[in-house]
Amino acid sequence: MILQTVTKIVFFIILTFGVELFLSGHSNPGGGFIGGLVLSSAFVLLYLVYDIETVHRGTPFDFKRVAALGVLLAVGTGLLSFVFKLPFLTQATWVVDLPVFGETELGTMTIFEAGVALTVLGVVVTIILGISEDVE
Amino acid sequence: MNNLLVLPMILPVLVGVILVFIKPYIRLQRLISVLTTIASAAIAAYCLERIHRTGIMRLDFGDWLPPHGILFVGDSFAVLLVLVACVVSSIILLYAFATTGLEAETMFFYPFFLFLLAGVNGSFLTGDLFNLFVCFEVMLLASYVLLTLGGRKTQLKEGITYVLINVLASWFFLLGIAYLYGALGTLNMAHIAVRVAEVGQGPLLSLIGIIFLLVFSLKAGLLLYFWLPGSYSAPPTAVAALFGALLTKVGIYALYRMFTLIFVHDPLIYKMIGVLAVVTMVGGCLGAIAYSDIRQIVSYNVIISVGFVLTGLAIATTTSFQGASYYLIHDMVSKALLFLLVGTVVYLTGRSKVNEISGLIRNYPLVGWLFFLAMLAIAGIPPLSGFIGKVYMGLGAIETGSYVLLAVAFLSSIGVLYSLLRIFLNSFWGETTISEDDQKPFKKAIGLPLVLLAVLNVGMGVGAELLAPYIQDVANTLADPQQYIQAVLDEDVK
Repeated sequence: MILQTVTKIVFFIILTFGVELFLSGHSNPGGGFIGGLVLSSAFVLLYLVYDIETVHRGTPFDFKRVAALGVLLAVGTGLLSFVFKLPFLTQATWVVDLPVFGETELGTMTIFEAGVALTVLGVVVTIILGISEDVE
Repeated sequence: MNNLLVLPMILPVLVGVILVFIKPYIRLQRLISVLTTIASAAIAAYCLERIHRTGIMRLDFGDWLPPHGILFVGDSFAVLLVLVACVVSSIILLYAFATTGLEAETMFFYPFFLFLLAGVNGSFLTGDLFNLFVCFEVMLLASYVLLTLGGRKTQLKEGITYVLINVLASWFFLLGIAYLYGALGTLNMAHIAVRVAEVGQGPLLSLIGIIFLLVFSLKAGLLLYFWLPGSYSAPPTAVAALFGALLTKVGIYALYRMFTLIFVHDPLIYKMIGVLAVVTMVGGCLGAIAYSDIRQIVSYNVIISVGFVLTGLAIATTTSFQGASYYLIHDMVSKALLFLLVGTVVYLTGRSKVNEISGLIRNYPLVGWLFFLAMLAIAGIPPLSGFIGKVYMGLGAIETGSYVLLAVAFLSSIGVLYSLLRIFLNSFWGETTISEDDQKPFKKAIGLPLVLLAVLNVGMGVGAELLAPYIQDVANTLADPQQYIQAVLDEDVK
């Protein structure tokens, strides 16, 4: 019971930390890979504390597809360079003045990293679920 | 810069991922995957023609100039292999449509098929040693899945051997890369070649070269082939054909790349490769003649041809490179055909021992005659495709006076012929044991890919003249590494 209550709060802290890591990756330590790992650790914690069915009801998507979507995003940003006649994987950045966050550096790199993060998330959760299902 | 060069790798990855989303729609998956492999083949063919006209192509990812960034280099050798790999895998896909069960098809068979092709193509095209490692891993991961998909007991047993061997080899590969980077401070293959030439290939660099020789020998099945017959006879036919046609070839490609571009200064290494090739051919022949399981026999035939193709590297002249590249592409087509035929025989009769099957040619004349054709082609009977490769190989060996290699290489052809003839005489000739009522129907969908491969095989022999300019390109770039180095490191070449 205590564990479940703590998890409810910690889950969101981990998620926020994961996103923070992911966003800072452009010019600071961080990035899609470890961001994705942290995000997936949040989900693994949920699976540990609650049972698989409960979490599945809360997250109505297949993590294999999440991984596939991630790869699609990552490769897709590389393919954008075909349209602009630039070498494959060329990245572009813009400094955008967002209303709340102030000046933020956004770029195709961010999308690429989002792809990496989703892939890692999907793969890690799939692996953990795969191992746990074997035991049954 | 030319983005076309990345497509033979990226297209299969991208489509493979999209196929994950349309998991339940098998027909759509089949259609899309075969279109993808054909499109990749078309792109490779276009690139090959372009390289012939304007020289080696190069693509720097993200516009990072070499030696700082990673890049794809399309020389004739790489692109020719990409082309043949794509064509052969398209045909194997057709066979897979007819024979793969629904269960495997919904468990992501086609995505992993495409990922494997992507890994193979990437390994051929990359100009960066670490990227070569990554592409190898992509290919291997996909092959682990394909090998064990279906989960029969033999598959899992052979799968464990296969995975362990390859993990070990990959570890050595990584070790070699680390040593090389520690010694030279670069991973760009052309740049490594320049630096090796600058500092001279001393004992340390030769040792690193030998580590790579060990790694790629394991992958190619050069001497270290003990894992190969088992894991190539375990998976379903289409997968076995894909492995037999493509996987060892990537190891062979890497050996050629390493020892024609980078470690070219020590003649001792070529002697070692020569000895390894001889032992491989002898061992392969012994295996092919000793076993009576037809799947084992054809697996040992793969080993013989690995030894044969690497004879060309041991001789290392323009002529022997010509012979090796002819034989390499011939072997990709013929081994695919042979594996598919043998798989078909096992499927039709339910048996796999040579003496348990008899008189098949009356029941299934098409399979019988195609097997006869494949046998002649592999043994090197003109005008089929194996002939021209063997001729050039022989010429190269005579030029340099390597008569031992010549003798063993040609004797191995007799071993090949004998081992396959044994299957033909025992299993296709003789009394039929299957009455017409019992015989399993032969589906046209199985026959089509077999016929296509056979046509390709004959075509490559008869049309050798058409291929000649491209093969000449291949041999020239292999014999003169400066062309490759200049294309990568010269900023003006685009």
